[in-house]
Formats: sequence, C-alpha cells, structure tokens
Amino acid sequence: MMQAVAGVERTRPVLAARGGRTGLPDALHAEWTKLRTLAATWWLLAAAAALTVAVSAAVSLAVQCRLSGCAPAQTGADPARISLAGVDLGQAVVALLAGNAVGGEYGTGMIRVTLAATPRRLTMLAAKAVVVTGWALAAGIVAVLGSVLAGRLILPGRGLSAANGYVLVSLGNGPGLRAALGSVLYLALIALLALGVTAAVRDSAAGVGLVLGLLYLFPIVSSVIPDHVLARHLEQIAPMTAGLDIQATTGLRSLPLTPWQGLGVLAAWAAAALVLGGLLLRLRDA
Amino acid sequence: MSVMTPYRPAVAAGRDGLAQLLRAEWTKFRSVRGWVIGMIVAVVVAAGIGLLGAGGTTSSCQQVGSSGPARHGAGCMPAFPLGPGGEPVTDSFYFVRQPLTGDGTITVRVTSLTGLVPSGNLNSPSPSMQPGLEEWAKAGIIIKENLNQGSPYAAMMVAAGHGVRMQWNYTAGTPGLPGAVGPANPRWLRLTRAGDVITGYDSADGTHWAEVGAVTLPGLPSTVQAGLFAASPEYNSESQHFGGGVNGSGGPTQATAVIDHVSGLGGPWTGEYIGVADAPGIGRYHQAGGRFTVTGSGDIAPIPAGHGGPADAATTVTDYLLGTFAGLIALAVVAALFMTAEYRRNLIRVTLAASPRRGRALAAKAIVIGAVSFAAGLAGAAIAVLAGTAITHARGYYEFPVPGSTVVRVIIGTGLLAAVSAVLALAVGTMARRGAAAVTIVVAAIVLPYFLAVAAVVPLGAADWLLRITPAAGFALQQPYPQYPQVTAIYSASSGYFPLAPWAGFAVTAGWAAAALAGAACLLRRRDA
Repeated sequence: MMQAVAGVERTRPVLAARGGRTGLPDALHAEWTKLRTLAATWWLLAAAAALTVAVSAAVSLAVQCRLSGCAPAQTGADPARISLAGVDLGQAVVALLAGNAVGGEYGTGMIRVTLAATPRRLTMLAAKAVVVTGWALAAGIVAVLGSVLAGRLILPGRGLSAANGYVLVSLGNGPGLRAALGSVLYLALIALLALGVTAAVRDSAAGVGLVLGLLYLFPIVSSVIPDHVLARHLEQIAPMTAGLDIQATTGLRSLPLTPWQGLGVLAAWAAAALVLGGLLLRLRDA
Repeated sequence: MSVMTPYRPAVAAGRDGLAQLLRAEWTKFRSVRGWVIGMIVAVVVAAGIGLLGAGGTTSSCQQVGSSGPARHGAGCMPAFPLGPGGEPVTDSFYFVRQPLTGDGTITVRVTSLTGLVPSGNLNSPSPSMQPGLEEWAKAGIIIKENLNQGSPYAAMMVAAGHGVRMQWNYTAGTPGLPGAVGPANPRWLRLTRAGDVITGYDSADGTHWAEVGAVTLPGLPSTVQAGLFAASPEYNSESQHFGGGVNGSGGPTQATAVIDHVSGLGGPWTGEYIGVADAPGIGRYHQAGGRFTVTGSGDIAPIPAGHGGPADAATTVTDYLLGTFAGLIALAVVAALFMTAEYRRNLIRVTLAASPRRGRALAAKAIVIGAVSFAAGLAGAAIAVLAGTAITHARGYYEFPVPGSTVVRVIIGTGLLAAVSAVLALAVGTMARRGAAAVTIVVAAIVLPYFLAVAAVVPLGAADWLLRITPAAGFALQQPYPQYPQVTAIYSASSGYFPLAPWAGFAVTAGWAAAALAGAACLLRRRDA
C-alpha cells in the first residue's frame, strides 16, 4: 500500500510534465469510456427508467376518488405529482449510478490509476460530474416521458379526467412542461449530490446510504411531527421535498416554496456536496 | 482415472466449528472502525430523530387549550376521561336513566333509528344538517356504574351500520343480530344483571331470545344507573393530499331512536347528558305512553391515538420511533459491507479457506450481524422511548397512555426489526457482491415502502398493501396503540397504525430475510469466490 502511494507521488510530476493529457476534454473522454464500458451502468440506466415508469404507473392505478366526488377540491390530487411519483424510487437508482462512478474506483483501487492519469483532482471530479449528469439526464428523459405517458393513459380512467376539471401533464402547457423538465433536472441534481457525497466518504455503499437517508429522512419527519411551523421549515430545506416542488402544478400557493425555488434548494445541496467532495479529494490521499 | 479427494486444510478439524467462526466474524466486525461507527450512527439517528420530534414541539399546546377538552395542571394536559383499563375514552351520550338496585333485567324494543348528518361545506362554522346516519350512530339500553365519564358499563344497542351489538367498557364488543332496524324489522334488546355479571340478549320478535354476550364488571356496586341511551359520533370526512398527509374534517351528527315495550324499570325517568353534547340543542327525550323517543350525540368508545384525530395534541410513542428507518439505512450499509468488503479485499478466499463449509460461514456472519443489529435497534428504541417520555413529561405535554407490556414489545420488536433487516442486507450483499447495490436494494425494499405509506405519497389502500407484502411489514412491531373497529378514524401508518398484526408483520419481514439468506447460501456455494 505504501509503495503504491509512493508510486503515485513519483509519477505525478512526470505525467504533468507531458502536458496535453490532463485537460478536461481528455478527462471527460476517460470518464466517459470508463462508465460506458461497465455493464452495470447500462443496467442501472435501464433500471432507473423502468422502475420510475413502473412506480408512476402503479401509483396512478392506485388513485381513488372520494365518496364525495372526484372534483379537484375533494381529492386534492395533483395529476403531475401522481404521474411522476416514480421519481421517488428512480432517484435511488440514479444515486447508485452516480455513487458507483466514484465509489467504485475506491473499491477496486482504480482511483490511483485515475489520479495518476489526471493529477488535477478537481478536473477529474468535474469530468465525472459532467459524464454522470449526462447519464442521469438520459435516464431522466426516458423515465419522465414514460411516466407522463403512463399518467395520461391511466389517470382519466381513475377519475382524474379533463371532464372532472383536471389538467393532465402535457409538454405543451407551462406547468406541465415545468413538472416534466424539472423532474429530469431533479434526477440530474440527485446524481451530482450522490457524486459529491460519495467522493467525500470514499465508499459507494456508505455514500449511497447517506444520500438515501438524507432524501427520505425529511419527508418522513415532516409528515409526522405535529408542529406545523417546524414541519414547513423542514420542507423548505429538505433536498427531496423542496426539489420535488418542481412537480407541482396545482395548489402552488400552499407550497412552502415556489417550484423553481425548491429545485434551487436541491441545487444548493448538490453544490455543497460537490464542494465538500472536491475539497476532501484535494486534501486527502486516495 | 484417479479419485479426486476434496482438499481439506489440515487445520480444519476442530477449527471451523460454529463457535470458532462466530469468534472470527465477531473479531472482524469489531476491528473495523467504520462498521462500529456505523452501528453507533444507527443508534444515534434512530434515537435522535425521535427525540427531536418530542423536544421540538412548540405549537400544539395552544391548540389543546383552545379547542380541546379542558386542561388541568400547569402544562397542556388534555383531560380525556380514562376508561377502566386506563385508556382515553369518549363518554358522551344522552341518557334516560333511573337507579337500579340489586339484580334485575331490562327489556326494550327498538323500532327505529334515524339521524342527521352535516351537509354541504363541512368547514363552514355552522354546517347545515341533512337526514342520514353516521355508521356508528347507536341507541339501546345501558347499565353503567355511575354517572362519571369513563366508568364501567355494559350496553345492548343497535348500531346504524352494524346491526345489534353488545359493547362494554369502551374497547370491547361483540355482534348480535345483523341488519338495520326499522318499523318492519324491530329489535328486542335485554340486559340482565346478576351480581358482577351482565348478560346481553337480543331477539327479533320478543319471544325467541339469543344470548349475545356475558361480561363481568368487577366490583360493580349494588346500585347502578340503568336506562336508555342514544349517541352518534362526529362525522369524519377523510381526505388525503398526495404527498402531504391526511386531513380530516367533520361535524356533529345526531341519532334518534324510538323505543317501546320498556320493562324491568318502574321508577321515574331522568334525561340528561353524560359529558357535553357535540353541539348545543342535541339531546332530548320524549315519553308518550310506553313509547320513548331519545335523541343524542357523542359516543361511548375509546379514543384512537394519532395526529389528526381527537387526540391530535397528544404525543405518541410513534413520534419517538420516527428515526427507526434512518437507523435501518445505516444498519443496511454496515451489514451489506460486512459481506461485500470481503469480496472487495479478497478476504473472502481466506474466510472460505478457513471455513470450507460455505453455508456455515454465511450463518456465522448472519448471527453476528443480526445480534449486533438487535442490540443496536434495542438500544435506539429504548433510548428514544424512555428519553422521549421523560422529555414529554418534563415539558408538561400529554403523552397518550400505553401499557408497559406494549412498550416492551415495541422496544424488543425494534431490535428484531433491525436484526432481520441487517440479515436481509447481508444476504442481498452476498448475492450482489457490491455494497452500494445491496444498500440501494435494501433501502428500496424496506425504507421506500414505509416512506411511500407514511408520507402519503400513495392512497391509503395502496399504502396498506405495501405494508402487507414488502419487507416494510415488520414496522408493524412498532404499533403502540390498538386499532378499534368500533371507531371510525384514519388508521394510517403516519399515525402509527399498520395493516398487519405486530408479529404477522414481523413474520413477513423475517420471511423475506430467510428467502434472501437461502438464495445467498445457494449462490455462495455455486459461485467461485
């Protein structure tokens, strides 16, 4: 182990001196190749999209009207949130994909090779962030389009139809487009959050566990604590609850934040995680 | 052709017994600092999040003072009447009564039960009423120890949607003749007192009687109050906001019963309210010949625990246990790594060389991680419940009472839930051989269904199914308060109610863990390490 570390220290200046091989384009190419050639990446990409659509469809199928009626005032249902509910599960797979991208290297020792090839550690992290964001956006686009389609097919049959006064998600109207596009961005930000956290803890299992705990913790706590003021504050700072405000198309006035503010909160979490991960990456040995 | 003899290390004899393996696995576990820290994190978050909820309450106090029952003491204690078992009860009904001394029998015939329920907007200050019956509107005959709220009783009644019933001491009840009462379908009811034993009978014609139940009310005094009663619980309209919990709104209802052929009581009648009427003006009786018309509101029933109902302001054991799922995530990380780290470091080859019987090595790992997780879950729940109770009392808040035996089951149950969850994570880790994948699978299997149900992302019916069939069913071990069929309420996971009985829910989770462990043992044998 000591020898290996010493080896890295020795080779760093040599590689740096060669120049032209440690820029962002090369790092991007390297990260893209590493992630693309892992079978797990493709499986996770498919799983993220498939599970999101499946859960969205299942939640849409489970919708029931009240005995008193199906009108929006009686059900309180937001077709967009229901159609896109699968993101609750899809984000876990996306977090796993992103966590693996950096944590997996620590598991196999590959990180030493990576850092030998790209001695500028922040360049390496930035390259990983770009590539992982790309994967998450791809998974998100497929997942969200599938979910929106499932919702449009299923919800009218469950009573949430245009005739009853609901506006189904559509990429053609403003709030619907915001919910769909926002959900894709949400998944990308979750990937960046997981990447930053995993870079900080250097273990994909611990990183993914930490991210999932962070995501699911706030909504469970805020839905149960009796103090409504405290619950609202929690919903404003929680990465998942605030971030998913972007899916809201009805009852915007009662939201603790506006949709874009909510996504901004998640972006702040992701940025903080990346800064922390980058800082620790620079300060510590690999 | 030579016979292949399986290779056995010379030291194997006497060195791969289960005791040695357990010692080896325990040494591995305790000597990895990250895992020990992970276990401590599990205990801290499991206990800490619940205590945050118990200590972070600031606003409920005012709500109790303004809309709840009268407070007493310096704190915010709602004064629920307590039933004979110490449970908070509703005991509020219109009572047409007279004293009954010694043994006796009361017989009546109920010929109709009608009522009024709110109509239109339930949230307006004075909703208008329309004819209708609340499901648990009830009227009949009752023998009650005295006029204090919460005193022991036994009653025979017709309930609007549940036929004839005998109910006693708030929590208990047993059905009699089915079907709704009406002029063409009268119901005869009879209560007989003999010492401490009260027996209920019903009949459709007044000649053929059937016993519904016999109950003992210990220490019943010689003179009790007996007579006719009518009650109708508040109407509750449940509405669920997707992603935002469950809301209830309601209003008072009333029930009117026509009762004749009253026999067994000869003295003068007194009509009065026990407790306070749900709305002023409901509650009267009218006697014409042998025919009584009794109108009342309220209920004679236990109060279910949980936020959003009548006991909204009361702190519950469920609040303290809120952090369990977060602790389970930390446990899942440690338990999965307990196996996957061996693959990553190639330690698995050493482990399997030392213990060529692979199933036994897996069993030793499962026992060690299960035992450690049991201790962690037990400690987390014990700290959460005991410290939470102390904080609640110190701050002067009201804690919904819970029997000591239930607290013991909840604490031990949390330990068991932690143990089987960890074994599940270990088994999934063995199958997946990748820590992060195992953690994601276990979190998606245990924590996500719980989240979907508690945060009301899915409707109640779907949430119940999630908590029946997924490994999250084991959270039922944490249910502190019983669910009462005779009280309409929102029995949701966020209020601490689960669709399966505690040990049935645990059996589901344990079944998942056992299946995963069997799969892991099979794969471990078949695959090269």
